[in-house]
Amino acid sequence: MNKKNIEIPYAVLLELTHRCPLSCPYCSNPLELEKKSNEIDTDTWKRVLTEAAGMGILQAHFSGGEPTARKDLEELIKHANSVGLYTNLITSGVLINEKRLKIFYDMGLDHVQVSFQDTEAENANRIAGYKGHEKKIETAKLVRKIGLPLTVNAVMHKQNLHNLETMINMAVDLDAERLEVAQVQYYGWALKNQSAFLPSRKQLDIATQLVEDYRVKLKGILAIDYVVPDYYAKRPKSCMGGWGRQFLNITPAGKVLPCHAAESLNFLSFDNVKNKSLSWIWQNSEAFNKFRGTSWMPEPCQSCDRKEIDWGGCRCQAFALTGIPEATDPTCELSPYRSVLDEPLSRISEEIPEFIYRRIE
Amino acid sequence: MTKLLTLNENHVPKFPRHAKLRYDQARKKWIINAPERVFELDEIAGEVIQLVNGKSSIAQIIDQLTNKFSGAPREQISKDVIGMLQPLADKGFVINE
Repeated sequence: MNKKNIEIPYAVLLELTHRCPLSCPYCSNPLELEKKSNEIDTDTWKRVLTEAAGMGILQAHFSGGEPTARKDLEELIKHANSVGLYTNLITSGVLINEKRLKIFYDMGLDHVQVSFQDTEAENANRIAGYKGHEKKIETAKLVRKIGLPLTVNAVMHKQNLHNLETMINMAVDLDAERLEVAQVQYYGWALKNQSAFLPSRKQLDIATQLVEDYRVKLKGILAIDYVVPDYYAKRPKSCMGGWGRQFLNITPAGKVLPCHAAESLNFLSFDNVKNKSLSWIWQNSEAFNKFRGTSWMPEPCQSCDRKEIDWGGCRCQAFALTGIPEATDPTCELSPYRSVLDEPLSRISEEIPEFIYRRIE
Repeated sequence: MTKLLTLNENHVPKFPRHAKLRYDQARKKWIINAPERVFELDEIAGEVIQLVNGKSSIAQIIDQLTNKFSGAPREQISKDVIGMLQPLADKGFVINE
């Protein structure tokens, strides 16, 4: 293997648990969810946080599943803060009360992201498979009341894009600093539900224009993160800022992944923080080195002047759609596999199929 | 709610709770952590940002830097300081005390 240029990572995402009261059909967790009995313990997470700070990681994202389902979250926030990490809680907001949020604040939590499935309670609850919308609003308000900065996280798709403007206004009303308009990425659960989520070109163009208008109107009030979904883009996204360049994801069982979906690349083997240090894994793990840098790339990527901009796009998506791990991301217009997107796009209709909800077997 | 802030020498800049300044040993530079973002500061920006403390006005920061780097005209330093802080203020990562 070529000697790879190994960078200092910026962020680690800790999937503290896969347990979650919600069962969103686009959940980014893998199809095979970890049981509580496989979750790594508090001390192991603390050791990992210390190692993360030591190797130059700057930010720790506490995620899941629903991270507040872990009773030791406050202890982990405190520890992350004490080793100098910037801490972010990514939550559905449905399991939390003011008292516990206040503890998180006191332990040094820096930022909170609350997810919303829609702005209409009924539709939001149907998408989440859980009656939690009102509670989420309450939690978001508490976050601000306590004095924590808030990001509203909204996965938008065919069944709620018509409410994007209401979502933007809701974020402003909730006094959020940021609105993250996320797109469904089609692997895992979302791929099973693709026809329920893939928006039409027209829906998307309206949404894009709306975001552009509001970005100007709300400058200094609300920052809006928004990217055109892959299926309608001409070039792939730089997924995770490049494989093994900036980011690590740790599963509830302690496996370290280059992105949260990497287990869908079922030919890779992943190292575990239970028996290796995070720093060793970052440098030496087969999974991290597999698509690190550019030497693995086939043509047309290899001679593309964007190869160090998009870093080959999303490996999970490329593999899910073509069955070839190194394939040029089909979302690139130069990809020989671009046509695999045509079929789902041609099937888009007004019809709303039943969801396949995420669940633990 | 954040209001658009156009900085002048009378402002007293500070960081809001979600923007955190620290020196990063691994990269040997000053950085600002913000939600889903990291700002890496070059050497000159690092000199300025260390003086942002919620107590000193921009005028005082400029004076301090003018003393430290004797030779550079105050006018130029003023331009550099505001030019560096304003983009952060635009994004709400620097606010007025």
